[in-house]
Amino acid sequence: MDLRTMTYLVVGATFALYVGIAFWARASSTSEFYVAGKGIHPVANGMATAADWMSAASFISMAGLIAFMGYGGSVFLMGWTGGYVLLALLLAPYLRKFGKFTVPQFIGDRYYSRTARIVAVICLIVASVTYVIGQMKGVGVAFSRFLEVDYGTGLLIGMAVVFFYAVLGGMKGITYTQIAQYCVLIFAFTLPAIFISLNLTGNPVPQLGLGGTLAGSDTFLLDKLDQIVRDLGFDEYTTTARLSRLNMFVYTLSLMIGTAGLPHVIIRFFTVPRVHDARLSAGWALVFIAILYTTAPAVAAMARLNLMTTIEPAAGEYLAYEQRPDWFRNWEKTGLLVYEDKNNDGLIQYGADGATNEMVTIDRDIIVLANPEIARLPNWVIALVAAGGLAAALSTAAGLLLAISSAISHDLLKGVFRPDISEKDELRASRIAMTVAILFAGYLGFNPPDFAAGTVALAFGLAASSIFPALMLGIFYKRMNKEGATAGMLAGLGVTLFYVFQHKGLMFIESTRFLGDMPENWFFGIEPNAFGAVGALVNFSVALAVSRVTAPPPEHIQHLVEDIRVPGTARH
Amino acid sequence: MTPENRNAYWKANIRLVSVLLAIWFVVSYLFGIVLVEPLNQFRLGGYKLGFWFAQQGSIYTFVVLIFVYAWIMNKYDRDHDVHEE
Repeated sequence: MDLRTMTYLVVGATFALYVGIAFWARASSTSEFYVAGKGIHPVANGMATAADWMSAASFISMAGLIAFMGYGGSVFLMGWTGGYVLLALLLAPYLRKFGKFTVPQFIGDRYYSRTARIVAVICLIVASVTYVIGQMKGVGVAFSRFLEVDYGTGLLIGMAVVFFYAVLGGMKGITYTQIAQYCVLIFAFTLPAIFISLNLTGNPVPQLGLGGTLAGSDTFLLDKLDQIVRDLGFDEYTTTARLSRLNMFVYTLSLMIGTAGLPHVIIRFFTVPRVHDARLSAGWALVFIAILYTTAPAVAAMARLNLMTTIEPAAGEYLAYEQRPDWFRNWEKTGLLVYEDKNNDGLIQYGADGATNEMVTIDRDIIVLANPEIARLPNWVIALVAAGGLAAALSTAAGLLLAISSAISHDLLKGVFRPDISEKDELRASRIAMTVAILFAGYLGFNPPDFAAGTVALAFGLAASSIFPALMLGIFYKRMNKEGATAGMLAGLGVTLFYVFQHKGLMFIESTRFLGDMPENWFFGIEPNAFGAVGALVNFSVALAVSRVTAPPPEHIQHLVEDIRVPGTARH
Repeated sequence: MTPENRNAYWKANIRLVSVLLAIWFVVSYLFGIVLVEPLNQFRLGGYKLGFWFAQQGSIYTFVVLIFVYAWIMNKYDRDHDVHEE
């Protein structure tokens, strides 16, 4: 069977599965719609959280980023996993004990302030909407690359599928679909990795293969890779930092705090029955995430090695362009690989020197997308990678859309404008909000704004600088009051936006940037994407200072804090 | 639940979280970033040790930290009689 038919079959089968789950897991109450009736088993929730969390970027782009950044790429590995420690130890159990439906609801109740709740809704919507654009683009791109349908059609099909299970099932439908999506995406990611590791090192476990020797020799794989990239003039793979070690430190911290503060991840922990389940569930989520995150560096290094040795089988011996393998031809068609014969010798010379390098474009996404072809795996594995990429993008998009729609129907509509709304009407409103959110996200997917490229980083910056500190102080500092928390959120948000915009342009419109995107102007050499941690620090400082000079929170709030710190129902 | 019991429970929680976060900091920020060069003198198979912490070891440690936290907190919940049925 040819690759295209096979891909249609595999992707079609997974979509049919998602739609089937949607009919089976319809939501009939607001509790089911917002938090899946709080009845999800911690292991199941861990799996759903992993799919919710791992986006098109984790699945398609991360291994490629690491392949070309080497050690510097560690910021993504540590940053996007270490956040779960913060989430599990500092937020998830307490927010579960609080026992409501949304993140802004906690902020509004804890800080006895409608203003604080609205500020939280704004932070949530900005962070989630910027994040969802990337997922919609991922859906469109995956369709156009693998199924050869155009970007717009692919986007529409993706929207229709999400519409089915998100609008019908709410959190309940999303949870069960995410579990299925996790299975698809992890299988699709690890299977090629196992084959490629077996091929190169003879060890089927990629995590061990990466530290092992090349098959049939006693040279370690990483030493070989270091030597090859050094010979071609690239930075050494295992030691080159990203900009500076201070930048890596701050970048990692920003990604960790941002991860812990992303509302669509936090609300997943509202779906388990007990506080203890919330703690355990965070552990399971990280197990399922770690399977991909510890495999990714192996894929990165092995694919880079494969790529380099294909082009230059031995030092000074170059591949003739006419003899390039099939995958090379296939990916040339997409423009992700571009060869330019600068010295007209018909051979492919690849190196770090821009003047003589003939591989003028190697898109980093190739590392995952072309991996199965480079490793000569059967067609059904390649089809599976397409389904995996779509599962990663759709599951994250659905989680984000739920966070957005519940903030609108539960926090704004019920919380602010119509507190007396009946449950039935609220459920209907939440479905309408979900529909509008899907249409809006789709619209942005069709017309990605100028700033789309920088947006995922911005989402982390905002979550780190606004949401995380307000939640943590609300739990661990009883004296924190509404003035402090609100001032802190606004200050953290303001500083982060200011720093990002001054280097990247207002709303990322380049002509409006006033300091230029130049490392010389960066504060202590910290890149804009890494600034969330500084924003969080500003938030904490401002919140603490302001709360000291204003009135302490009322007594019932102090009792609320004491209550969320203890798992069991009050037995005093 | 008496205020004393509540305080004891909370203090035990804070102590545990502090210890676990200290380990979290050491394996990622210290071993993976700040001390990566001296650690790279050592080897774990083909891995330079600092590089291993940055791309593998810190992640395994994170997983263990969360399960240790869940397990010990569960015990504290029972000791202080605040667990849920």
